[in-house]
Amino acid sequence: MSVATEQAPAEAAPGVRAARKRGPDHRPGLSRKLPYLLLAPAVLLELLIHIIPMLVGIWMSFVKLTKFFIANWSAAPWAGLNNYRVAVDVHNAVGEGLLKSFGVTVVFSAVTVVLAWCLGMAAAVALQPPFKGRSAVRTLFLVPYALPAYAGILTWNFMLQRDTGAVNHVLVDNLGILSDRPFWLLGGNALTSLITVALWKLWPFAFLTLMAGLQSIPQDIYEAASVDGAGTVRQWRNITLPSLRPVNLVLVLVLFLWTFSDFNTPYVLFGTAQPPAGDLITFHIYNASFLTWNFGSGAAMSVLLLIFLMIVTGAYLVVTGRRSRRA
Amino acid sequence: MRLRSLVAAAAVSALGISLAACGGSDSGDSSNGGSGGDQTLTYWASNQGTSLDNDKEVLTPVLQKFTQDTGIKVNLEVIGWNDLQTRIQTATTSGQGPDVLNIGNTWAASLQATGAFLPFDDEAMKAIGGKDKFVPTALATGGKEGEPPTSVPLYGLAYGLYYNKAMFAAAGLQPPKTWEEMVTDAQKLTNPAKKQWGMALAAGSYTENVHFAFINAAQNGADWFDKDGKPTFTGDGNVQGVLRYLDLMQKDKVANPSNAQYDNGTKSVNDFATKKVAMVINQNNADSSIVANGMKAGEYGVVPFPAPAGAAAPVGSHVAGINLSIFKNTKHKDAALKFVKYMTDATTQTTLGKPFSSLPVLKDAKPVFTSDAAEAATFQDVYNNKSKPLPLVPAEDQFESTVGKAMNSMFGKIATGGTVTADEVKAALKTAQDQVAAGS
Repeated sequence: MSVATEQAPAEAAPGVRAARKRGPDHRPGLSRKLPYLLLAPAVLLELLIHIIPMLVGIWMSFVKLTKFFIANWSAAPWAGLNNYRVAVDVHNAVGEGLLKSFGVTVVFSAVTVVLAWCLGMAAAVALQPPFKGRSAVRTLFLVPYALPAYAGILTWNFMLQRDTGAVNHVLVDNLGILSDRPFWLLGGNALTSLITVALWKLWPFAFLTLMAGLQSIPQDIYEAASVDGAGTVRQWRNITLPSLRPVNLVLVLVLFLWTFSDFNTPYVLFGTAQPPAGDLITFHIYNASFLTWNFGSGAAMSVLLLIFLMIVTGAYLVVTGRRSRRA
Repeated sequence: MRLRSLVAAAAVSALGISLAACGGSDSGDSSNGGSGGDQTLTYWASNQGTSLDNDKEVLTPVLQKFTQDTGIKVNLEVIGWNDLQTRIQTATTSGQGPDVLNIGNTWAASLQATGAFLPFDDEAMKAIGGKDKFVPTALATGGKEGEPPTSVPLYGLAYGLYYNKAMFAAAGLQPPKTWEEMVTDAQKLTNPAKKQWGMALAAGSYTENVHFAFINAAQNGADWFDKDGKPTFTGDGNVQGVLRYLDLMQKDKVANPSNAQYDNGTKSVNDFATKKVAMVINQNNADSSIVANGMKAGEYGVVPFPAPAGAAAPVGSHVAGINLSIFKNTKHKDAALKFVKYMTDATTQTTLGKPFSSLPVLKDAKPVFTSDAAEAATFQDVYNNKSKPLPLVPAEDQFESTVGKAMNSMFGKIATGGTVTADEVKAALKTAQDQVAAGS
């Protein structure tokens, strides 16, 4: 929104001049300032909400902000690069913990994005041809996305409890698929559970985006392809996928960024009893900052995460942009 | 657009402080009232009763009486345990805290280190009725040794071993006096096929876990910090103490592995109250939950949490409880001191002792939390004679979180079929120790 408003005055400049000739009571000074005046609240809020806190966060990563200084945190002593040194030194407990949680997050993010995309695509394609009750199914699919995250994840927490949870009740008591009641929120299964819950929450977004994308593809292309003898799979590969390319570029990036910085899911799903296999990086940073009162070190880890995400995003945009131009 | 939100999301942790600064200002009413006669104090109370509303119901008449006596109004907010520490951090950071607040007494030395709390020096101590009115062990939790404390005791708590009298009688057992007896009894009362277990452990609660790491190590005569406040987590006494507690689930198999998901003490107490387990180790404020869950007062007994035969010290609990602190930047210091004096006077202590199931922190006061004289005497004895304060060092809170979480992980490993050896306990404690060192 704000970007569009910003560009408007430059393009509209000749028009404004024309208007000045027409309108006798026109005030040229105001018209030049008006766009900036209209933008000002947004810029101000942007500064307050994003830019200034970010700068404070970056500053914090260079100071020794422990419990001894939080009451007067502007007086925290300078730490130079020490917080960063500790965070990347894999031979100490802090660096090792950060690296492990980074590894967990990479696996979590990659698996969740791939599955969310596949599910979303399958559902979007399946719901493309009109049939009775289609809108009801669509609405049903969007429920996880519309539900408040906290309520949804907390329900999963109840369902995944070992003794009292619905999942074990169905798998063990009703269906008899498993003989021993497994733990879903402890040990190795924790990561599977985390991915399942994140996927449940995330795939409707992929579905929604891809469905919108599909609807923008003209039907006559499919008809022509069909006349030429192309089957469903071939149509999907040669028409649907290339047409959805711009949508997919954005979708995959957004899914990656969301999953990589997911905090709600592990925080609500595991509570204070989180297992090592569910230690996602933002959650890890939260614990490092708030449980050990070491906000300087937590800030340094956050900045490192930010840099990593910016590099990945930048590389992604360059690579995909280059391919788009070639295509 | 999304990228920008993401950037913001990634920065959230980095910005914990600035965000926190906004979040904590909702209770910054301390400037109300001015310096005239019509003063208003803001008081953050921790959750002591059966619910936040229950706390309000209990405290409101007590606070009204204070207002009647002094003309000072008290603006009450009750805060749940899970939020309390973060709220205090936030208030400390922003300077927008209440005038008076409850803290877990184990955090006293850590909070003192922030410099945000009013020291109870001789003058302040005199204003609240003198330090001699308090039980010395309770007062010792107020802050770092050798410095004026920044908190004074309000509610006393201690651990005890609750046992089901009928189950013990049916098995022909006596309540245990040593750790070994406790394990043997628990094994006899364990029958997984019938879903009955000897004990319930809050094995997924890092705060409970760290208490037992501390108590078991104390029974071995081991300390977690040296005289300079440096962590000594990997000492043999600590490792063996932690392992002994883990073994209740691992080697002795007297606790349901599912207990590894019990992330607070309520769940293990509920198992005891609903007669699924024969024993539970909990603080005396478990009484209200046990009764609320249908167990009658005469159906359970309490003995001190036992130490192994030949233990170095008969420690059965840390000095648990709630302390009162005053924010240093309060604009109503005198009113705040009056309030602390009122909350820690004999009458108020008696009024609140029963609904909050607390032990008196005042000398010569009698426990009123239970009508069972034997239980009252047991807890008072543990509190006065068999308790040791958690380390009174600034890094105490880091000790709680790192060691407690390490124990969560180890219980998780045991519950999912793994084994934890003494070497692995030592390695986990070494990691915890390194984390503490990095943060101080």
